[in-house]
Amino acid sequence: MTNSKLTETLTFECETGNYHTFCPISCVAWLYQKIEDSFFLVIGTKTCGYFLQNALGVMIFAEPRYAMAELEEADISAQLNDYKELKRLCLQIKQDRNPSVIVWIGTCTTEIIKMDLEGMAPRLEAEIQTPIVVARANGLDYAFTQGEDTVLAAMVQRCPSNAPEQNQIEKKSLVLFGSLPTNVATQLNLELERCGIQVAGWLPSQRYADLPVLNQNVYVCGINPFLSRTATTLMRRRKCKLISAPFPIGPDGTRAWLEKICSVFNVAPINLIERERLIWDSLEDYIALLRGKSVFFMGDNLLEISLARFLVRCGMIVYEIGIPYLDKRFQSAELQLLEKTCSEMNVAMPRIVEKPDNYNQIQRIRELQPDLAITGMAHANPLEARGINTKWSVEFTFAQIHGFTNARDILELVTRPLRRNKALENLGWNQLVKM
Amino acid sequence: MKLAYWMYAGPAHIGTLRVASSFKNVHAIMHAPLGDDYFNVMRSMLERERDFTPVTASIVDRHVLARGSQEKVIENITRKDKEENPDLIILTPTCTSSILQEDLQNFVNRAGLDSKSDVILADVNHYRVNELQAADRTLEQIIRFYLEKARSQSNEPLRKTEKPSANILGIFTLGFHNQHDCRELKRLLTDLGIVINQILPEGGSVTNINELPKAWFNLIPYREVGLMAANYLKNEYDMPYVAVTPMGLLDTENCIREIVDIVKSSDTSYNFDFETYIDTQTRFISQAAWFSRSIDCQNLTGKKAVVFGDATHAASITKILAREMGIRVSCSGTYCKHDADWFREQVDGFCDEVLITDDHTQVADMIARIEPAAIFGTQMERHIGKRLDIPCGVISAPVHIQNFPLGFRPFLGYEGTNQISDLVYNSFTLGMEDHLLEIFGGHDTKEVITKSLSTDSDLAWAPEALTELQRIPGFVRGKIKRNTEKFAREKNCNLITLEIMFAAKEAVGA
Repeated sequence: MTNSKLTETLTFECETGNYHTFCPISCVAWLYQKIEDSFFLVIGTKTCGYFLQNALGVMIFAEPRYAMAELEEADISAQLNDYKELKRLCLQIKQDRNPSVIVWIGTCTTEIIKMDLEGMAPRLEAEIQTPIVVARANGLDYAFTQGEDTVLAAMVQRCPSNAPEQNQIEKKSLVLFGSLPTNVATQLNLELERCGIQVAGWLPSQRYADLPVLNQNVYVCGINPFLSRTATTLMRRRKCKLISAPFPIGPDGTRAWLEKICSVFNVAPINLIERERLIWDSLEDYIALLRGKSVFFMGDNLLEISLARFLVRCGMIVYEIGIPYLDKRFQSAELQLLEKTCSEMNVAMPRIVEKPDNYNQIQRIRELQPDLAITGMAHANPLEARGINTKWSVEFTFAQIHGFTNARDILELVTRPLRRNKALENLGWNQLVKM
Repeated sequence: MKLAYWMYAGPAHIGTLRVASSFKNVHAIMHAPLGDDYFNVMRSMLERERDFTPVTASIVDRHVLARGSQEKVIENITRKDKEENPDLIILTPTCTSSILQEDLQNFVNRAGLDSKSDVILADVNHYRVNELQAADRTLEQIIRFYLEKARSQSNEPLRKTEKPSANILGIFTLGFHNQHDCRELKRLLTDLGIVINQILPEGGSVTNINELPKAWFNLIPYREVGLMAANYLKNEYDMPYVAVTPMGLLDTENCIREIVDIVKSSDTSYNFDFETYIDTQTRFISQAAWFSRSIDCQNLTGKKAVVFGDATHAASITKILAREMGIRVSCSGTYCKHDADWFREQVDGFCDEVLITDDHTQVADMIARIEPAAIFGTQMERHIGKRLDIPCGVISAPVHIQNFPLGFRPFLGYEGTNQISDLVYNSFTLGMEDHLLEIFGGHDTKEVITKSLSTDSDLAWAPEALTELQRIPGFVRGKIKRNTEKFAREKNCNLITLEIMFAAKEAVGA
């Protein structure tokens, strides 16, 4: 264990990859709500469908805008024609829901049987007159939140390259990418407006028809660390200019994010430092609970580096950052900020473990006894029963955590187990398994 | 390809894992891509399980796909063998990895050479059977494996227990009220003077399976899981079984009579006075018989109900409603298509129509057409009922966290009859309430008059702030509105803009 000695630089390790996280098709659960005129068709097996309905607790509502194209034995053994089958289902979807776009979500199974979704989509699109976007959100290549990355990367191709008013194209504009609830997006728009920068558009937009204009005059900036593929696609396919910044998570990250964008647009941010200070002041009651406490990230949603950096700034000690996948280039600004934060706060650099092994991590948790473990859902109850405070990592995926305004919500989540267990601590019932 | 929005029964590997993780000291290895291991989440969250779910995913990724998975699977099996010292390791693929056409049996054979534990491959077709059928099959496979192993090691005939004894087969994790039912069944058998030999798979140990045939008979409370094992034991070990589900007063009686017949046929000295027992339990200990005759329940007469669920629960509840409570079952149905014949025969004469389907839209259409006074179904029917404003009592899996109550809530045996009566009663609007509703046209006015403390305020809301306010979930909207207005007043603002709203949130957490 390296927790006792201060290491100078970040260390990166890679384990066996036997870890638990959600399937990348999960992104359907939030994207179908974000893109209001869409329909998501997950092409996979019963295993995929049962996951969506069960593990995520996504119940179908009165008007479901996602469904499974469930592959049956005849599909797997290629007795049925994929094109005809998909056409039948998409026509039915069109008739029932008439969406502006149908997003096909490819799964592990379509990869293994080598179903040519990208080949079929343009033909079918021409035939049924509804745009079809293909994203391969499969668990062979991606983890949990990266599903969104595959969808957004696919949508880049569908964005217009020229604005309707031709005179605008010379001016440089800003497009933000990453799916956020509308009110959080509005908050970030407002922050930038305060600095004098207008956001030209978001990917994804609330409606498919409102996808932003993308071309060489557009500067793009991501708001989530798991969108590396989208970033690459924006640069390569649309010649957009990527602003590489830390992510707007926590007041420190938000300030760094805004400063970086301002520097690219040559504007001086107004009162930004003051604004950040005010936010930190308003967080003091929660930070007091966290100072000097330790945290262990098992790794789940790729938000780990940003969250760890924010928590170090709050005075916590981070033992380990497990993360399913780390794109060191896309996360470079964030990694630098983490390093800088650790040295400024005078704490040990956390070890970063890519593709972790949950079994090994649990042994390390036993040894290190962190004050808080941020874990996937499968490990939370067993760890709690052994006296380890836990928080579900998935909550940070679904909660509103971006920008200055929502920094408090992150700490609300992080401190909840500590507050709850403080309320119960006098009972002395911390070990709830027989040893 | 099938357009599917929802399914009643899960994929096959879930059934296998439910059985495997119910046993003590059995570890399962899932050969699957990342994200297919959500079984661990279900078990840990729904059952509020304190221990780590003994299931490890051996992840199939692009790399493994290119190199072949043999090495990784075998490595993971031998690793778990050392780390956990299980008695048995079960390997299972999922729908996805089963199409890789790998020789998994060979992997298992190879891994078995280096492992102290037994290693087997769950023998299930992932495209032909569902969760329940796979669970049934896996339980049988494990029992068969250990009995054959025991037989190959010794020829000594197993002696039956001295006292009448039973195995209970089919109690397992994530089952609908299974833990409570199990406790009630134990009590019932103990009352009858019957010893419990083993309960499988929940809490059972594979090392004891060789003693399974010592019991006088097997009890199969739910026909979805356990029947295959019971048939195997009947054919190979001449063990009789009872498959009457003891749900409701009449079927509990039928079940007891079958049990007594079996015990009496082997032990003529068994003279338990079961007639008195049944009569006392039915009329006086259980409150269900009296409840059906009590004045309050007159109003149940002729009420229409719809029943839908797994074959066991739907059939039993249909019979209870029709025979024991005088409620008219307009339609009774099940999603266990593989058991359709048995189901039809069971509910024949107790309902107006039968629906066998695993398509929830057909169930919804049927309910909308019939407009019953109450539904007894799964979480899906509860959901359908909400949309149609028809109350629903949940009587069957698929399960929801609400179906894992901490208190004792069995569906089987005599205590089960009380629970079911409560459930039925609470699902209908009844008695005086019913009359009052008719007279006064309801006592709950739908529109709740919100007493906003700031209705007479001098503050104006900008249109975009108002839109933002509307986006906030109703149950906190009032609080946020009040806090924002309070903040605006303190700041001497007359117009609440988006900026003010967000600033209020930052300042006071509104």
